[in-house]
Amino acid sequence: MNKNARSIKMLLLPACFYLVVAQAQEQPQTYGIGRTATAAEIAAWDIDIKPDGKALPPGSGTVAEGEAIYVAQCAVCHGKEGVGGPNDRLVVHSADEPFPDASNEDTWRHRTIGNYWPYATTVFDYIRRSMPMNLPGSLDADEVYALTAYLLHLNHIVPADAEMDAKTLAQVEMPARYRFVPDDRQKYREVH
Amino acid sequence: MTDKRELNVTRRAALVGMAGAAGTVLARTAAGQDVQVSGSNRPVAPDDTTKVLGSRWSSDLGQRSPYEALKRVPSSTLSSSESPLQDLHGTITPADLHFERHHAGVPFIDPEKHKLVIHGMVERPMTFSVSDLLRLPAVSRICFLECSGNLYHDAPEQTTAQLLAGMTSQSEWTGVMLSTLMREVGVSPKSSWFLAEGADAAVLARSIPKQFWDEAMIVYAQNGEAVRPENGYPIRLLNPGCEGNSCVKWLRRMEFSDSPFMTREETSKYTEPVIGEVARQFSLVMDARSIITYPSYPDTIEKGWIEIQGIAWSGRGKITGAEVCTDDGRSWAQAVLQEPVFSKAHVRFRHLFNWDGKDTVIMSRAIDESGYVQPNRAEWIAARGPGSGPYHRNPITGWRLKAGGDVVYRVEEWG
Repeated sequence: MNKNARSIKMLLLPACFYLVVAQAQEQPQTYGIGRTATAAEIAAWDIDIKPDGKALPPGSGTVAEGEAIYVAQCAVCHGKEGVGGPNDRLVVHSADEPFPDASNEDTWRHRTIGNYWPYATTVFDYIRRSMPMNLPGSLDADEVYALTAYLLHLNHIVPADAEMDAKTLAQVEMPARYRFVPDDRQKYREVH
Repeated sequence: MTDKRELNVTRRAALVGMAGAAGTVLARTAAGQDVQVSGSNRPVAPDDTTKVLGSRWSSDLGQRSPYEALKRVPSSTLSSSESPLQDLHGTITPADLHFERHHAGVPFIDPEKHKLVIHGMVERPMTFSVSDLLRLPAVSRICFLECSGNLYHDAPEQTTAQLLAGMTSQSEWTGVMLSTLMREVGVSPKSSWFLAEGADAAVLARSIPKQFWDEAMIVYAQNGEAVRPENGYPIRLLNPGCEGNSCVKWLRRMEFSDSPFMTREETSKYTEPVIGEVARQFSLVMDARSIITYPSYPDTIEKGWIEIQGIAWSGRGKITGAEVCTDDGRSWAQAVLQEPVFSKAHVRFRHLFNWDGKDTVIMSRAIDESGYVQPNRAEWIAARGPGSGPYHRNPITGWRLKAGGDVVYRVEEWG
């Protein structure tokens, strides 16, 4: 609504009050509510790591360093070497453990980093944002790189002498990389 | 997948407990109300309430009658609890009975300190306080919210509707349209995804594709009051019709982008293996579903007229029909839908049935405005595979009416 139109409506307000309230109101360009986000507050929370790895922080960690952290902080929930703990199994039983086949009952229970996770960057992102469960957000970048390296090694994806950093982690290709398809259910009227 | 456990006390079981012959004593409820209880702990009401003054006068907060023992059922890991579908009427879920699911506990948030940062592919990165959001134009909408893992996998006969499918609830949500905030920050037309991130200890994050933006809301109220802590206090994302996990609670950050973020919750979780050794991803829409809530386990019934009741819902839009079968799958009849029917919302259906007292199975199926018909279990398994996992399972479920009047869950195998 431009200014002239508004003043005309103001003049005619008593006469056309009901008409005016019945109309859908235009949204202003801005409500002027909220403030500019500071670079510092964005940086403090902007922790997501996409598959391109561009947002990975400086730092690095080796498989061996990761093993020490894993034993101390992760094994109690996820088991020795990522298997047999009370929480999610993280490691494949063998290098050729297949992607879950939905035509076999219960194979969906066997989803680990090695046979199901499509991106190695997600391992870093998730450990950094959520783990360990009793002390979330407590690991520094070097420790997260090291744990990621160790878990990828246990899953037969990187060698025992691997070191992960912003460059090497982004280059890791996961076995399940091309196993995910978009949702197409809504094209169908029957279950799909 | 949620752990399920046996319901210890149901409302009906509590009501069945009769006042004992033993003398009564005064007891104080959790809410501070003095009530007489019998030896069986059942409150004893006056024989004639017109001859004694009321037991309470005005108070600053209402409370349920001590005869109403409505309860959610928490899972063994305490990361979820289910809504008592069999005890509810109409379609609105009382907020304290709304199902919950969280990944690192319920955060304790001071709303005066909470903020929402919106950045990424926007012209003006902005920060909104909760009071900022309260000042922006508000919208209210009644819709369901359902966990995508809302089916008890190995349910035995002794399974309540609550344990079978109690991770769906319905509220009137109030908040700001996402589109309002998008205008304020000037979202780039090249943007096609945004990350929604919570302030919980999981810092739970999901990528939301553009197709859901028109209806998305940032909500701060649930059934007329602030959103409950376990449902996202002080603000959460609401994507009507979409799986609950995508409706990120305790929302603190949104980042607009031109590609998905591939978080753990949209790769290793909340994806479904389907036939062909692939997994379906970003499958946010909840398929049409229904469940009969009366009669259901552990009800007992008598032969004669029964009004079968239940709820039906669909993430694709409005429910256009709910059909009820009372003869173990041979024939279906159109149930009556309670108006008004809202899009992407629970609707209550009712169907009169004159039970002859003989063993039978009753079930329901939902039909939505897209023409989708809720499948039976065999159809579901044929389409997705028996090993598709816990998400987005919406098969028809039934209750067996046993001669004699016991009602139990109709057990079906997945294999």
